[in-house]
Amino acid sequence: MDRVVAAGPAPKSKELARGVARSRGLFDPEIIVPAAGQAFKKLDPRVQVRNPVMFVVLVGTVVTLVESIVHPGLFDWSITGWLFLTVVFANFAEAVAEGRGRAQADTLRKMRSETEARKLLPGRGEERVPAASLAKGDLVVCEAGDLVPSDGEIIEGIASVDESAITGESAPVIRESGGDRSAVTGGTKVLSDRIVVQITAERGQTFMDRMISLVEGASRQKTPNEIALTILLAALTIIFLPVVVALEPFGHYAGANVSVVILVALLVCLIPTTIGALLSAIGIAGMDRLVQRNVLAMSGRAVEAAGDTQTLLLDKTGTITLGNRMASRFIPVGDTGEEELADASQLASLADETPEGRSVVVLAKERFNIRERELGAEHLFIPFTATTRMSGLDFDGRKIRKGAAEAVKRWVVEQGGAVPPDLDTIVESTSRAGSTPLAVADGSKILGVIELKDVVKEGIRERFDQMRSLGIRTVMITGDNPLTAAAIASEAGVDDFLAEATPQAKLALIKHEQEGGKLVAMTGDGTNDAPALAQADVGVAMNSGTTAAKEAGNMVDLDSNPTKLLDIVEIGKQLLITRGALTTFSIANDVAKYFAIIPALFVAAYPQLKALNIMGLHSPTSAVLSAVIFNALVIIALIPLALRGVRFRAMSAAQILRRNVLIYGVGGLIAPFAFIKLIDLFLTAVRWY
Amino acid sequence: MNFFLTILLLVACLALTWRFLGSYMAAVYEGRVSFLGWLERPTYRLLGVDPQREQSWQRYAGALIVYSGVAILLLYGMFRLQGSLPGNPAHLGAVAPALSWNTAVSFVTNTNWQNYSGESTMSYLSQMGALAVQNFVSASVGIAVAIALVRGLVRRESSTIGNFWVDLVRGIYYVLLPISIVFAVIFVAEGAIQTLAGPVSVHDALNGVHQVIPRGPFASQEVIKQLGTNGGGSYNANGAMPFENPTGLTNFISVFLILTIPISLTYTFGKMVGNVRQGVALLAAMTILFGVWLGVATYAESQGNPAVAAAGVKHQPGGNMEGKESRFGYSQSTLYNIVSTQTSTGSVDSANDSYTPIGGMMLLSGMMLGEVTPGGVGSGLYTILVFAIIAVFLGGLMVGRTPEYLGKKIQSREVKLAALAALVMPITVIVLTAIASALPAGRAGALNAGPHGFTEILYAFTSQGNNNGSAFAGLNGNTAFYNISGAIAMLLGRFAIIVPVLALAGVLAGKQVVAASAGTFRTDTPLFTGLVIGVIIIIGALTFFPAVSLGPIVEQLIHGRFF
Repeated sequence: MDRVVAAGPAPKSKELARGVARSRGLFDPEIIVPAAGQAFKKLDPRVQVRNPVMFVVLVGTVVTLVESIVHPGLFDWSITGWLFLTVVFANFAEAVAEGRGRAQADTLRKMRSETEARKLLPGRGEERVPAASLAKGDLVVCEAGDLVPSDGEIIEGIASVDESAITGESAPVIRESGGDRSAVTGGTKVLSDRIVVQITAERGQTFMDRMISLVEGASRQKTPNEIALTILLAALTIIFLPVVVALEPFGHYAGANVSVVILVALLVCLIPTTIGALLSAIGIAGMDRLVQRNVLAMSGRAVEAAGDTQTLLLDKTGTITLGNRMASRFIPVGDTGEEELADASQLASLADETPEGRSVVVLAKERFNIRERELGAEHLFIPFTATTRMSGLDFDGRKIRKGAAEAVKRWVVEQGGAVPPDLDTIVESTSRAGSTPLAVADGSKILGVIELKDVVKEGIRERFDQMRSLGIRTVMITGDNPLTAAAIASEAGVDDFLAEATPQAKLALIKHEQEGGKLVAMTGDGTNDAPALAQADVGVAMNSGTTAAKEAGNMVDLDSNPTKLLDIVEIGKQLLITRGALTTFSIANDVAKYFAIIPALFVAAYPQLKALNIMGLHSPTSAVLSAVIFNALVIIALIPLALRGVRFRAMSAAQILRRNVLIYGVGGLIAPFAFIKLIDLFLTAVRWY
Repeated sequence: MNFFLTILLLVACLALTWRFLGSYMAAVYEGRVSFLGWLERPTYRLLGVDPQREQSWQRYAGALIVYSGVAILLLYGMFRLQGSLPGNPAHLGAVAPALSWNTAVSFVTNTNWQNYSGESTMSYLSQMGALAVQNFVSASVGIAVAIALVRGLVRRESSTIGNFWVDLVRGIYYVLLPISIVFAVIFVAEGAIQTLAGPVSVHDALNGVHQVIPRGPFASQEVIKQLGTNGGGSYNANGAMPFENPTGLTNFISVFLILTIPISLTYTFGKMVGNVRQGVALLAAMTILFGVWLGVATYAESQGNPAVAAAGVKHQPGGNMEGKESRFGYSQSTLYNIVSTQTSTGSVDSANDSYTPIGGMMLLSGMMLGEVTPGGVGSGLYTILVFAIIAVFLGGLMVGRTPEYLGKKIQSREVKLAALAALVMPITVIVLTAIASALPAGRAGALNAGPHGFTEILYAFTSQGNNNGSAFAGLNGNTAFYNISGAIAMLLGRFAIIVPVLALAGVLAGKQVVAASAGTFRTDTPLFTGLVIGVIIIIGALTFFPAVSLGPIVEQLIHGRFF
């Protein structure tokens, strides 16, 4: 939506094109190595206590450590070692997720070099101050070559600005005072002209600062769903404490001596360590996936809300249709041939630099191979004016005009010609189809009509079909009249549309949807969008938009691409699905672990319990150790899944659920039997038990 | 009667009442029925209650707790003063303090655990004025809580969940009393005893034996004992005593009465939330679990007694008949006891202790699932709704939406309360069983050594913690230790679940309803039924597997293979 001043150089590399978000391999050594160190630093109990599940594992490790010191033995030490590794693996998962964000933050920090600002003094004088000292309300001057020192609003002037530092888009954009293009961001570079900027951000609160802390995960707060899940996991941990502790007296009653180390091992195996270990990594990675798509969410809450969205409000222009209307058809009237009309249309559009004008030339070439031609010296371009509502060309004695049908009709009548009878019908049917008719006349004769069409983006219909299968209603917002809107809406396949939309109508629509209990997401960029952005549950502001819009929304799209809303919804859903799937997996794993450990615990007292050892594990100690090793290794094995997210497909809720229950529920039930048996075979082979 | 015919007839009768009693109860609790207004109004005046004034969940729960506390004290007083009170033709003395305490708690919590023999301990006044009254009231309390939770799901942005006193009174007047009166007549006709004339002395000249036969107004108690899923027998032998359960017909009616309200409440639920299929989904989960448990137990009992088989007897054509009435046979007996243990009733017509290890395990584990198959009156519905909320939470996450049940978002507060309600019972049972098996006072109670003795202790706390009240027998529960610890289990198993459930009702009632869409995880489908079953089994199995493996499982393994 940005107006491009000049055809800037193409993005220098793929990396830059993706902006701040450099996509990294899952096991990039730049991230893995520091993460391994972090994994040990995070062993601090004050850090661990925030995760109830892993805290219990840490306490358990201390208990088995004491046991191992008092009664040293290979088994006790092995269990202690693996329990310790379980905690370390969990920390590692979190550290890797954070590391990916931190790497991005570092890139950003380098950009936010120590800039000097040219602060305007009240007496119109100038003073050079460090950018960091700027306060809200200060005025600064930026000229070509200067870096914008902080976030602000242009109050005077117009300039082209290179925003590649934050968007990765190297084509410069126009920023000017007044209107919806007045916001500038700290760290971007002014390429031409001079502007006066009023600083709108507090110190340390600039967009760049917020972005750094967001991608770093420093300002990460647990999201509502994550809190609810943490409570459920804590409950599952609490319940297993008495279950396991009670085995001491139960065993005593049965005449069995129950080993404390095995009890701790059983406890750790039963509590949901898999999801407990990966929960925060999943959350961080979810934000990270957004950043990789150049979207900044101001809170994790917003990301979750995106997954819950039931109604999407989408601006027609730029989201559903390409920005401009394009010539799609030449419709001759009377006895005129189509090629004749195309030829005249092309002539009339040669000097027309608007996208609509260019598209006429392109269409004429496509259809009839009419090339651009040299006009003789005797020609005069007639530019479009708001009063004539026509443009054209006087050349070779011909007066060719194109424009609004009414204007052209009037002009032809003035020239002494007549209006062909079928013109009105064609104009009307073209309008009804959602297109704009342009009449073309050569002197006193009306040749026909050029149909200018809103071009619906390729693939958008399929996206909307997917949304529908997910239960999301799409509503197109447009300033067009209801007739045109209806035609485009049906072509694009949206569920509903709001025509002749005013900011008030938008706001009312959002409120109406919300009253029905729906969550609404929308995109916007103008100041007049701000109330609607604030009212919507998910408001995605375009980075090119005004500060007011960006502050009202809870996400900012750095690429200013409204279609991104669809991606955001998917990421939100994927986040929840990943958590749910791993929780189910974690709980389902318990069954196999019981079958490994319970016979091992009591086989001395009741040899008949050997029948429960259905995996045929070698010995009680190898059985317990295998279960604990499996429990630790599964965390490492699932880190990639946690970071990448469960694969998301647009399917109905029932299909998604069936699929996930099958993979993570039933799979989680069966898989550990196989893996515990394998580990046991390995331990037996190396005689480690 | 043929076992399968019995089941078919039972299903047919229950299907009828499911539809009609279910919609009638919805009408009762939505205040659409008022033909007993002449009885209701004076009752409210007596209680000093304004029936129009609704309560917040805190006030609702407060009223419930205060009422229950007063009832426990009242019962305790009546038992202690029994010797000096009228209505005592057998001249029974005061009930001992610990036993009075245990029994008072037991009947107020709808448990009806009995550490005594009714006929030799309780006077007619205690039976009628204390126990029978509580059989009605405690049942009505259970339904009231379930209805309050359903209201929480139905209402939008409401600060109230109903009026406890109104729900209590209407449940008794409109549901429990009319059904009890009708069926008591049938029981009397079949030969159940109903008299105030006191015990009779019989002199059997032929054998030279003098016998005192206790009698009492018991037919009228019998119906509400079953209908209210109470289960406390007037006689120690409970449903095995011909004066209580005289014929095959009364045996059948008993089973029907036990099941009718818990099952019909799923219709009431569906009706109140405006989609009967929601109720069907829960009923299906209850029925499938119940069917599996009944099938396994009946099969195990049909195989005969493993100890008898081990002694060299090849054929036991009548199945395991130890501890069973020859009037009913193993299949009808198993049906009765499975129904009774899976509904928090706890009445028995055969000795649980004498079931095969697997049969006994099914009785035990049926309770361990949390009494939801279909569970006690009201308590079955509210407990399965708690499981449904947990299932919705997991299922909702797996489809990528903030989980919602019937349009109500399930967020941290709801999960917290549901988890609390689901955890109370297992923790209570396991901790108390651990204490009992560790302390000499606890070990002294068990009759048998080894795994069977352990099962006796485990069963006692599982039964009391689930407000079931059936006894495995073999355990001497009338000791200070078991009277007091059992009462703790019953109180926690009842009120520590009811309070979070009411809080859940309050929180849900205050929420807005989210519109459903194709992306909403539907809760009226077989898939959801499967998920609820999964959650019930997983929570039950994961918490009780170690304990059960040290009891019935190892006992069965000692006798031979698993099946």
